[in-house]
Amino acid sequence: MDLSWMAWTWQTATFFGVILLLLVGMTVWEWASPGGAPRHGVLGLDTTRGDRLFISLLGSAYIHLAWLGLVGPNLWWALALSIVYAIGVFRFV
Amino acid sequence: MDKTWNNKAWFMVLPVLVLVAFNAIIPLMTVVNYSVQETFGNNLFFFEGVKWFQEVLNSPRFHASLLRQFAFTGLILLIEVPLGVAVALAMPRSGPWVAVCLVLMSLPLLIPWNVVGAMWNIFALPDIGLLGYVINAMGISYNFTSQPLSAWFTVVLMDVWHWTSLVVLLAYAGLVSIPDAYYQAAKIDGASRWSVFRFIQLPKMKRVLTIAMLLRFMDSFMVYTEPFVLTGGGPGNATTFLSIDLVKAALGEFNLGIAAAMSIIYFLMTLLVSWLFYTLMTQSEAEG
Repeated sequence: MDLSWMAWTWQTATFFGVILLLLVGMTVWEWASPGGAPRHGVLGLDTTRGDRLFISLLGSAYIHLAWLGLVGPNLWWALALSIVYAIGVFRFV
Repeated sequence: MDKTWNNKAWFMVLPVLVLVAFNAIIPLMTVVNYSVQETFGNNLFFFEGVKWFQEVLNSPRFHASLLRQFAFTGLILLIEVPLGVAVALAMPRSGPWVAVCLVLMSLPLLIPWNVVGAMWNIFALPDIGLLGYVINAMGISYNFTSQPLSAWFTVVLMDVWHWTSLVVLLAYAGLVSIPDAYYQAAKIDGASRWSVFRFIQLPKMKRVLTIAMLLRFMDSFMVYTEPFVLTGGGPGNATTFLSIDLVKAALGEFNLGIAAAMSIIYFLMTLLVSWLFYTLMTQSEAEG
């Protein structure tokens, strides 16, 4: 199947690969250690593990955009901040 | 009784998943690919990293269209939601007029968007359109093709005409589902008309109003056809909303990289607002 019309680059392929791996990882995690029932967190929301992944990914996208707009194109610190944010979300939200 | 869980039911979702993959996920992946590259045609692409995102985020043109978009959506919500509730409250709950009102309310929703734009374009023209002629005859200078304020007034009025009915129908559905016993109890207590609205009707309409606000937010935030047919984004850039700006960049200027970066930022905004509305709705359902 020719996918050249999608104009793939290895960077974007890695990006989507990581998201796919996260989804597979979440499935394996839930299968190995069920615990996906909603939990009441610090934001006052009932969230499942899937919700927390979504909040982490969406928040990370905004962190990267904010970094890009306010600081500059070197996004490694934004990535580090996003990982800290995601850990916080999974731990407390 | 305990619920029966059968994970095989997930296979039933598979056709939808395949459909969504083809019409949403794969095109979205392509947009992400375009957003980090430059192309000069012939299917030749050059990697540019996050350059387009940075350019869009620091572009005064993007800031201006984003501001116009938020102003338009804010105005639409401020006008259409209270107006829709007021009309729904004024509609009869029983009798032959119910059907008449419902049909009248549904009519604007059945008209295709480009037809609405064309209709209002002719209706509001200052020389041959009824609306334009009447406003000018009242001594108010009005010309939506050359005055930004007139253009905004016409675009907002057109949207209110087209979409308030949706809020009316949803609010009405919420109102007719309130059992008579509530009104009888309020009457016994000697509640005023305002108290009935504040403590019975409004709480009972909360869910449908949240849905109405979500739908109106999303639709007005992504509005394209009606203002494009009416004003083409003008005069100048006065009614160039995000979607019109996006189409100008993608198809008018063939700036695929910038347009793709704009699309992703636009998509993230709608995704955040949808999630907020969805969370508010499901959380209040769980509590109530």
